[in-house]
Amino acid sequence: MSGPAASTALPASLQEIQEEFLALETRDRLLLLLDYANDLPELPARYGEHPERLERVTECQAPVFVAAEAPEGVVHVYAQAPAEAPTTRGFASVLVHGLGGLALEEALAVPDDFPNTLGLDAAVSPLRLRGMSGLLGRIKRQLRAA
Amino acid sequence: MSTHTDPTPKFREYAHPERLVSTEWLAEHLNDSSLVVVESDEDVLLYETGHIPGAVKVDWHLDLNDPVTRDYIDGEAFARLLGRLGIGRDTTVVIYGDKSNWWAAYALWVFTLFGHDDVRLLDGGRAKWIAEDRPLTTDLPERAPVDYPVVQRDDSAVRAFREDVLAHFGHPLIDVRSPLEYSGERTTAPEYPEESALRAGHIPSAQNVPWGKAAAEDGTFRSRQELEALYQDQAGLSPDDDVIAYCRIGERSSHTWFVLTHLLGYDRVRNYDGSWTEWGSSVRVPIVKGAEPGEVPAVPVSA
Repeated sequence: MSGPAASTALPASLQEIQEEFLALETRDRLLLLLDYANDLPELPARYGEHPERLERVTECQAPVFVAAEAPEGVVHVYAQAPAEAPTTRGFASVLVHGLGGLALEEALAVPDDFPNTLGLDAAVSPLRLRGMSGLLGRIKRQLRAA
Repeated sequence: MSTHTDPTPKFREYAHPERLVSTEWLAEHLNDSSLVVVESDEDVLLYETGHIPGAVKVDWHLDLNDPVTRDYIDGEAFARLLGRLGIGRDTTVVIYGDKSNWWAAYALWVFTLFGHDDVRLLDGGRAKWIAEDRPLTTDLPERAPVDYPVVQRDDSAVRAFREDVLAHFGHPLIDVRSPLEYSGERTTAPEYPEESALRAGHIPSAQNVPWGKAAAEDGTFRSRQELEALYQDQAGLSPDDDVIAYCRIGERSSHTWFVLTHLLGYDRVRNYDGSWTEWGSSVRVPIVKGAEPGEVPAVPVSA
């Protein structure tokens, strides 16, 4: 095994995302986060038309709402954040793409410090990364309650 | 040679009209070689989504804060930053940003600590530029680095520390946070994470004038008459007062500092950047809860 200890328990989807970020220089990591921000999927109608079914993530500075479910044991994550908050959109999109399709147990086993293993400290600042930790924590809590 | 002042009539009412430029003026002066446009936002990625052509980016967290000590960068780091951005000591700097120039005002205040002479805000900020369908680009400007002199930061005139606030009782304090933070129901703005202060409330005797009241719906500054009504008629300040403004970490109060200093012409306004995240966690400093300012504490207070 190689790589940081935190990555050993990561599902392949999240490990790919992590490797994608770590392969880049600091500035390009920021641009990759922007790619993710632009690639946050639209909410399906059952959430888009019922925003009250989404949970507000208060750890993020920008208004971001999230819902996570695991019908038949397969995880789906939905999130909404405004275009004026691309950092928050990017955080949400990384988790929507990385957690979506995982088995429930795999998603619950994702280390809580995953957001801190993407090499974004210098590009985004540790303070802002707390927003992604808050998102991940709330997603896992919703999945546990599902 | 410094760049001319924007002659917009609204600005001429203000004490220091040269501190503001309009979107029209900036559009005409974007290619001036003596001018550099700086974008400074809350969101670190907003600049990358599109910015005013030629604008460079300054991030409050990554560029202006010292990465270790809770303080601003020193003269060497400021010189490196501005030199890298192609800003000389005599360059006219126009700063703009999101959220009614909240973070842009903060950057301007930090530039002031280093005595950068000609630094201005774009009235209405990023939102107004976009609302007017003015051009944005994702192209990074290619600015040649310049030599910016190493200037020691001077905190004495516009920055207040906790000890200064303790010695200030009896003079006006302005708390620019939201009413819920002021009264002590929350320690952060309603839209923001709860963090970083162990107690809630406000500094005794501080008046609550939320910073955003100085901005109109379109993010531009309110007229001088409206600002005087807000700060003088309602909050009871007068231009010769010695004033300290604070918020949670000193960013929102930079906006109020800008209004009082440059738009209303007060010459003794300091920003307490330790603000509530320091005061609300300090041992034995006096705190008042509720909607009323509360009494001036018996002096001297030694915390």
